[in-house]
Amino acid sequence: MKITFEWLKEHLKINLKEKDLLKQLTNIGLEVETVENLSSGIELFKIAKVIRTEKHPNADRLKVCDVDIGKGEFKKVVCGAPNAREGLITIYAPPGAVIPKTQTKLVIAKIRNVISYGMLCSESELNLSDESEGIVELSTSKYEKKIGHRYFLESKTNTIDLSITPNRPDCLGVRGVARDLAASGFGKLINLNEKKIKSNIKHSLKVKINKEKNQGCSVFGSCLIKNVKNTESPQWLKNKLISVGQKPISAIVDITNYVMLDINRPLHAYDADKIEKGLIIRNSKSGEEFTALDNKSYKLEKDMCVISDANGVLGLGGIIGGIRSGTELDTKNILLESAHFKTRSIRNTAKKLNIDTDAKYRFERGIDPLSIEEGLNKAASLIKEICGGEISKIDIQKTESYRIKKISFNPNLFEKITGFKISNKEMINILEKLGFKCKKERKYFSLIVPSWRPDIMQEIDIVEELVRISGYEKIKIVDPIKERTKSTLTKSQKLFHFLQRSIASKGYLEAITWSFSDSNYNDHFKGKCEDIRIINPISSELDVLRNSIYSNLIMYMRKNLDRGFKDLSIFEIGPIFTGPNPGEQNTVVCGLSAGKKSRLSWIDEERDIDVFDIKRDVIQTLIEAGYSSDKFFIDENTPNYYHPGKSGRLFLNQDKHQPIAYFGEIHPNILKKIDLKTESLVGFEIFMDNLKLTDKTLNNQKRKFDVSDFQKSERDFAFIVSKDLKAQDLINVISNIDQKLISNIRVFDVYQGENIPENQKSIAINITIQSNEKTLNDNDLEKINNLIIKTVENKTGAKIRS
Amino acid sequence: MSDLKKIKDDFLLKLERKLSLSEINEIKTNLFGKNGLISSQFKKIGSISESEKKKFASELNLIKNELQNQINSKINEIQNEEINKKLEKEKVDITLPERSFVQGKIHPVSQTIDEISSIFSEIGFSVEEGPDVENEYNNFTALNTPDNHPARDLHDTFYLDEKKEKLLRTHTSPVQIRTMLKDKPPFKIIAPGRTYRSDSDQTHSPMFHQVEGLHIDKDITMGHLKGCLNYFIKEFFEVKKIKMRFRPSHFPFTEPSAEVDIGYEIKDGKIVIGEGDKWLEILGCGMVHPNVLKNVKVDTSKYQGYAFGIGIDRLAMLKYGINDLRAFFDCDYRWLNHFGFDPLDVPTNYRGLSR
Repeated sequence: MKITFEWLKEHLKINLKEKDLLKQLTNIGLEVETVENLSSGIELFKIAKVIRTEKHPNADRLKVCDVDIGKGEFKKVVCGAPNAREGLITIYAPPGAVIPKTQTKLVIAKIRNVISYGMLCSESELNLSDESEGIVELSTSKYEKKIGHRYFLESKTNTIDLSITPNRPDCLGVRGVARDLAASGFGKLINLNEKKIKSNIKHSLKVKINKEKNQGCSVFGSCLIKNVKNTESPQWLKNKLISVGQKPISAIVDITNYVMLDINRPLHAYDADKIEKGLIIRNSKSGEEFTALDNKSYKLEKDMCVISDANGVLGLGGIIGGIRSGTELDTKNILLESAHFKTRSIRNTAKKLNIDTDAKYRFERGIDPLSIEEGLNKAASLIKEICGGEISKIDIQKTESYRIKKISFNPNLFEKITGFKISNKEMINILEKLGFKCKKERKYFSLIVPSWRPDIMQEIDIVEELVRISGYEKIKIVDPIKERTKSTLTKSQKLFHFLQRSIASKGYLEAITWSFSDSNYNDHFKGKCEDIRIINPISSELDVLRNSIYSNLIMYMRKNLDRGFKDLSIFEIGPIFTGPNPGEQNTVVCGLSAGKKSRLSWIDEERDIDVFDIKRDVIQTLIEAGYSSDKFFIDENTPNYYHPGKSGRLFLNQDKHQPIAYFGEIHPNILKKIDLKTESLVGFEIFMDNLKLTDKTLNNQKRKFDVSDFQKSERDFAFIVSKDLKAQDLINVISNIDQKLISNIRVFDVYQGENIPENQKSIAINITIQSNEKTLNDNDLEKINNLIIKTVENKTGAKIRS
Repeated sequence: MSDLKKIKDDFLLKLERKLSLSEINEIKTNLFGKNGLISSQFKKIGSISESEKKKFASELNLIKNELQNQINSKINEIQNEEINKKLEKEKVDITLPERSFVQGKIHPVSQTIDEISSIFSEIGFSVEEGPDVENEYNNFTALNTPDNHPARDLHDTFYLDEKKEKLLRTHTSPVQIRTMLKDKPPFKIIAPGRTYRSDSDQTHSPMFHQVEGLHIDKDITMGHLKGCLNYFIKEFFEVKKIKMRFRPSHFPFTEPSAEVDIGYEIKDGKIVIGEGDKWLEILGCGMVHPNVLKNVKVDTSKYQGYAFGIGIDRLAMLKYGINDLRAFFDCDYRWLNHFGFDPLDVPTNYRGLSR
C-alpha cells in the first residue's frame, strides 16, 4: 500500500515532519517498507532542440538527429518519430535515465549500426499523456530560452510503501491510515463533509441480485451518469495517482481508482449503453466464458459470482470487469457500481482462475460494507465535476443487511495480557478515535466495532488495538527466571546430538541438504518405498520427498568431486520419509566417503578407502554412543544400492530385530549412472529410531568394576575353514566355549592360496586366556587349548593348521 | 695385606684406561671369576687367625665393592656410548609432515541450534519436535488460520496431495499444537527444525530452519515475552547491551502480535549487533491467540502465554557473517570447511557459547 504525506494531510491535520510520520507508522504496526523519492532521476530529462535530421543509412523509418542539449553540447540521437524535424524543441533523455512508462534504463545503443546517445521522448513515454504517435512538441516561444534546462520540476514528494498486514483492510485506503495515526495522537482526523447526490433523475437500469445458494454478492449499489465526456484526467488527479505508482488511464477509470485508494472503496464503471437489458448478479454456469479487462479470456466454473446482462457475463464481481462493457474515451453513459462481495467467494474464484487485482486484494480482506453510498457519492460528484453529465438516483439492491458487531470488554484484561496499565479514560479515548462506539457498563465497556474492522472479533482484539496504539515500548521487561524443572533434551535428542558430533569427529563434514530430492536420484535409493510426490514442486529436480539421505548426498558428493576434491567425507543427520503421512519419517545418519587413504604420502602406503574403514566409523560411533560391541551381529543382506559382496547390515544383537545400520561400497552401477568418478565410494546409514534407548543411564548400565590380577596368557591358532565360513561365526563359537576364561579373541590373519586347499581359507586367531580365580598352570592351559580346537573343529568343520 | 692393596691399585689403574666391553669382562673374570684374585682372597678368610679375620674381611669387602662399582660404571659408560651412537644414526628430519588426518566439521545451522537450545535451557525451556510432513489442520486451521484466510497466501506451501490436506510444514508452529494436545499446561518449550516454503531467491530457500518458542502458564504477560527475547538475543550475540524494538504486527495465531527488530550498524564491512540506527527484523512473536488455546483444550480463563518463531539460518548468518542463504544447503566442501565448527566445540553455558 503506497501513500504520500501530502495525500495523508488531506485527512489529517498535523504539523509534524515526515521523519516522525515514518517512525510513528511503524510504531503502530503499519510497517514502512520503503521510502522513495518520486523525482529521483527526473532531473536528467532536458529541454532540447533538434538542429539537423538526416535519414538513417540502414533504415527507412529512422532518422539520425543532431540535438542541442544546451551549454554548447550536441548529441546524435536515432529517432523513429515522424515529427522529428529541424527546429523542433522537445524532451531529451540521456543514457542512464529511466523512462517513466516502461521503467527501462537507457544505455548508449547501436541502432542498425548507428550509435544513439539517448532518446527523444513521446508524451506517453513520460506518462504525460497517452500520445505515443510522435515526440513531445514544446512551444518555441516558451522554451527557446530554456534549452538545456531540466523539464520536470523537482518534486519533494516521497512515496511511502507500507506493508499492511492481512488483518487490516481498512488501512488499504489513505483515510484508514490517517485514522490510525490520529488515534495514536499523531495529528487530528479531518471530518470530511461529503456531498450527497441530490437527484431527481430516475435510475433507469434494472439491477437484480439472484437469490441463490452461495450468492457471493450481498449488496449492489449503483447510479447512472448520463452524457458524460470521458477525457484525460486533470493534472492534479494524474499526479496523485502517479505519486502512489498508479498509471493514469482516463478520467472515469482514474476517479474510481482514486476513490478506492482514498477510502478503500472499490468501484466499477460500466459503459451503460453496452449493457443489454439490465444487470443480473448471479452464480456462473459451468463453462461460461468472458474476456476480462486484462485481455485474457476466462472459462468459468460453476457458482462463481458474476455480473451479467441478457447477453452473458460482463464481469467477475469484485475481481475484474469485462471488455464488453468497459468504458472508453467515447463512452457517453456510465453505470457506476459500488457493491459488497463476500470474502470467501472472492477468494475461491480468484484462486481458481489465478487472477490478482487491486479490487480482489481488498475484497478478500474485507471492505467496509457501509461505504457503498459514500463511494458512489464521492466518485459520481467527481465524474460530474470533470466529465460533466447528469447523475441519477442511487439504487441499492440487498440480499443481506449489515449486522452490528458488539463486544463486551473487561478493561482489566489489558493489564493481564500486557503487564502494564493505562487508564480507562485513555482506553476509551483510543477506541473512540479508532471509530468504536463505547459505553461504560459497570466494570465492562460495551463496544460497537466500526464496520471497517472485520478483524475485530473478541476481547483480545481490543487489547491488541489498545497496546498497539499506546506503544509497545511501554511494555516492561520481566527478566526470565533461571530455573529448570524438566531436562532440556530427551534421551533420543541427546542421542541425535551425540551421533552427530561423533561422526563429525571421524573426519566427516556435516551437510544439510533438502528434505526433497530429484526422483531420478531418489529412484536408486528408494528400495520398496513408493514415490512421495510434491504436487507443486519448486522445480522438477526437487519433486519427491527423499526416501534416503543418499539421494541428495551422493549428488553433492559428485559436485564436490567435480570441483576437484578427491578424498572427501560428508554426512547428514536428518529425516527420511517412508510415507506421505505425518510421522512417517525416520531420523537417519548417513555418510559418504570417497577416494583414497594417505594419498601422496611420503610415509604411509596409499590405498583406496574401503568397506572396513566405513565399518570402523559405524562401530566406533555406536560404541561411543554407549552400545556394547560384544553383541553386535552383522549379516550381508543389504539393499541393492550397495555392492552385494562388500556391504553389511548391523544389528544390536543376534535376534536380528531391526537393522541399526547399513554400510558398504556403493553399487558401481549407480556411480556409472550418475557419472561419479572416484577410486572408491563407501557409505553408511545409521537408523536412529531403531536404536534402543533404555531409561538407565550409561553409568547404571555398566557392570561392576572387576579385574583379574592373575597372569594372562595368549595363544595363537590357525584354522583351515570353508571359504564361506564367517569370521563372526568362528568368533562366536570360541567365545561361547568358556566365557570365564576366554577374555579376548582377535583375528590377525586371513589367507587363501598356496598350501591351502581350494574353497578353503586359513584364519589365524589370537586368544587371550585369563582366570579370575587363579594363575593358570600348563595343565589348565593345555586343557582349554584342546577344548578350543576340538569345539571349533566339531562345530565349524574346521581343521587346526599344524 | 699389601696383596690386597696391590690388587686394588693395579686394577683401578687398568680400569682408568679406555676399554672395550670384552676387556672389561676379562678384568671382571680376573677379579671375580672362580679363581679370580678377589675370589681367592675370600677363600683365605678361613685360614686367618681370629684376631685378624674381622679386619681382613671388612677390608676385602670394601675393595671388592669399590672394584665392582668401578666396573659397573665403566660398563654403563660404554653402553651409553653405544646407545648414543645408535640414536645418532636414527635421526629423522623432524620437519617432514605428520601423518595425514581429516578434520570433520559441524554445520553452522546445527551449531546455532545447539547454541539456541543451550540458552533456552538456562531459563527452563525443554526441546520438543514435530514431523516435517504435517496435516493442514495443525499447520493452519488449529493455528487460527482458516481455509479462506489471506494469511495463507503468505505461506507458499508445498502440498503432498491434491486435496491439500498433507503438506510440508511452513513453520514450526504446529509443534505448539502437538505439544499442547499431548500434555497439560504449563508449557515451556522450544522446537527447532526444518520448515518449507516454495520460494527461492537470494534471501529465500525452499527449506529453512525455525525455532518455535511457547510459554503457557498462569499470568504470563507480554512483559515476560519481552524479557525472554531480550535475554535470548543478548546471550546469543554474546553482547552486554542490545537495541531491540517491538513493533506491532499480525499473525493469526497470536494476538497481540509483534515483530522484533534489533539495532545494528555496518563497521568496516562487518555487521555489528546492538549498536547503530539501522533495524533488522529477526523474529515474530505474540500472545497465543485464545482461539488457538481453545483448539487445543487449554482453559483460557486460567492459562495464557506467549509464542515466538525465529529464523535460525538468519541468526547464523548474522552471528557468523555468512552472506548467502542458499550456500547453507549447497554442500560445497570449501564452504562447509570454512564455516563449520569443530565437533568438540559443544556450546555450553559454562564454557561460553562460542570460542
